[in-house]
Amino acid sequence: MLRINRSGIWAIYRTEMQRTLRTVWQSIATPVITTALYFIVFGGAIGSRMQQVGGVDYGAFIVPGLMMLTILTQSISNASIGIYFPKFTGTIFEILSAPLSAFEAVLAYVGAAATKSVAIGLIILLTATFFVKVEILHPFWMVAFLLITSIAFSLFGFIIGIWAKNFEQLAMVPSLVVTPLTFLGGAFYSIDMLPEPWRTVSLFNPVVYLVSGFRWSFYGVGDVSVAASLGFMTGFMALCLALLWWMFRTGYRLKP
Amino acid sequence: MPSILSISGVEKHYNSGLSALGGVDLEVERGEIFALLGPNGAGKTTLISIVCGTVTMTSGTVLVDGHDIVKDFRAARATIGLVPQEIAIDIFATVWNTVRFSRGLFGRAPDPAYIEQLLRDLSLWEKRDSKIIELSGGMKRRVMIAKALSHEPDLLFLDEPTAGVDVNLRRDMWALVRKLRDKGVTIVLTTHYIEEAEEMADRVGVIDKGRILLVEDTAALMEKLGKRRLKLVLQHAMATIPAELADWPLELQAGGSQLLYTFDANAEGTGIPALLRRLGELGIDFKDLDTERSSLEDIFISLVERS
Ligand SMILES: Nc1ncnc2c1ncn2[C@@H]1O[C@H](COP(=O)(O)OP(=O)(O)O)[C@@H](O)[C@H]1O
Ligand SMILES: [Mg+2]
Repeated sequence: MLRINRSGIWAIYRTEMQRTLRTVWQSIATPVITTALYFIVFGGAIGSRMQQVGGVDYGAFIVPGLMMLTILTQSISNASIGIYFPKFTGTIFEILSAPLSAFEAVLAYVGAAATKSVAIGLIILLTATFFVKVEILHPFWMVAFLLITSIAFSLFGFIIGIWAKNFEQLAMVPSLVVTPLTFLGGAFYSIDMLPEPWRTVSLFNPVVYLVSGFRWSFYGVGDVSVAASLGFMTGFMALCLALLWWMFRTGYRLKP
Repeated sequence: MPSILSISGVEKHYNSGLSALGGVDLEVERGEIFALLGPNGAGKTTLISIVCGTVTMTSGTVLVDGHDIVKDFRAARATIGLVPQEIAIDIFATVWNTVRFSRGLFGRAPDPAYIEQLLRDLSLWEKRDSKIIELSGGMKRRVMIAKALSHEPDLLFLDEPTAGVDVNLRRDMWALVRKLRDKGVTIVLTTHYIEEAEEMADRVGVIDKGRILLVEDTAALMEKLGKRRLKLVLQHAMATIPAELADWPLELQAGGSQLLYTFDANAEGTGIPALLRRLGELGIDFKDLDTERSSLEDIFISLVERS
């Protein structure tokens, strides 16, 4: 009998990607316009007063943070809607009745959401190069951070999608938790610029570790050590995986 | 060869505390059409949802073609096709795409020729490029059937297949079911219409309040429970049944304006001609008459009385 249901994974992945492609222009235009706006407002208005942060031009300094900000929100919203919607409309019965393991289902849904996030991240990077000169000192680590973040937060979004009982709950975590944390996570400033105790408080914000590690891969400078960033990301991903494993094993909010 | 479906000791307690199934044992034979007959809330959907993997059972064992549905879920589920009670399809997908998706999901290699034939059999071929949202309710139900058959299952579940379905679809569906049975597919359908079970099934399992009350060949069951009723709407209401009619077990209803005669449909002489003659002799006129088969409720009452 089939060990891994590859065709099943592919069927879900492909359908999820088609869903994205139905609105492909919206998917591309939104990050391009948002990025341009950020550069005009932050890069132009603030950057003209604040030339450099840690030896990097302010315009270039905000690129990694901007990418992270978008990847975080996009991963969570795509993955959570991807699973919440079938649950809401009842079409999930087919997935639950298929010869597909929990791992395979997660791989397909999270893989599709993460693919979209990576693509959006790269679109932002490309857009940014029209406004500022972007260097990437450690391309390997840049790609690694991009992938890990996309996957980890797609997993997180998937969990929210399973947990949410209604649309309010679906929107709650992203807007009440993720957006504030991202804005306070050093996307647009270095936390070294903050007075105490805010600097120390910031160290409890997980997003600081993401942005810092990612920025390090670009410019070789970060607010916290790369090891701390990597450690945090891996830990977060492991936590999400464990939670998902438990959810599928118990049928949590998926099966009565 | 193991039996195609073997259910033993299956119980289900929902989180609400409700006990939907209280120890179900059932064997379905390969190649038969089996009807699970029971009133609303009997636990029919719960039982087939457990077999298909969309509801987790509290305890018990289910084997599909010899494969345990928990330990060997891949082999078990690859064998099964499910048409659920409610229509649920991605409304933005096209007919072709959603059927192809189902086949892939169940681990089968693409086979456009098979899917084309399937869509033709279900009168969906002209609609293959339409989005689900553009289809009528009946067409959507056909798509649900196509999806369930997309991976060529050996065991097909139809949950209340004719609820809210028009005559054409009903006829097409029964034709398809017979064709599938001829190909060796086992079909389990649920219904609360006794006529439907009688018309389609080789065997019938009667379920109520989460328990299987009996499993019987359809013909044998109908014989056992084949009570019929003759209802006469009288011209003039009467207070009591005349002594001259004591030979027939009659009841007065609706304030004495209806006379009810219950008889065994399978008996040699039903006694109806003699009854009608006697009524004529007594000068009792009637405006209307009607015969009906004993309802599912009557069957349950007689089953419960017997057990
Ligand atoms: N998800 C659920 N949670 C709680 N109770 C349920 C759920 N699904 C069904 N039930 C209850 O279980 C019983 C059996 O339901 P069901 O299997 O749908 O019956 P049938 O299909 O025979 O009409 C009913 O009392 C129903 O209300
Ligand atoms: Mg039902």
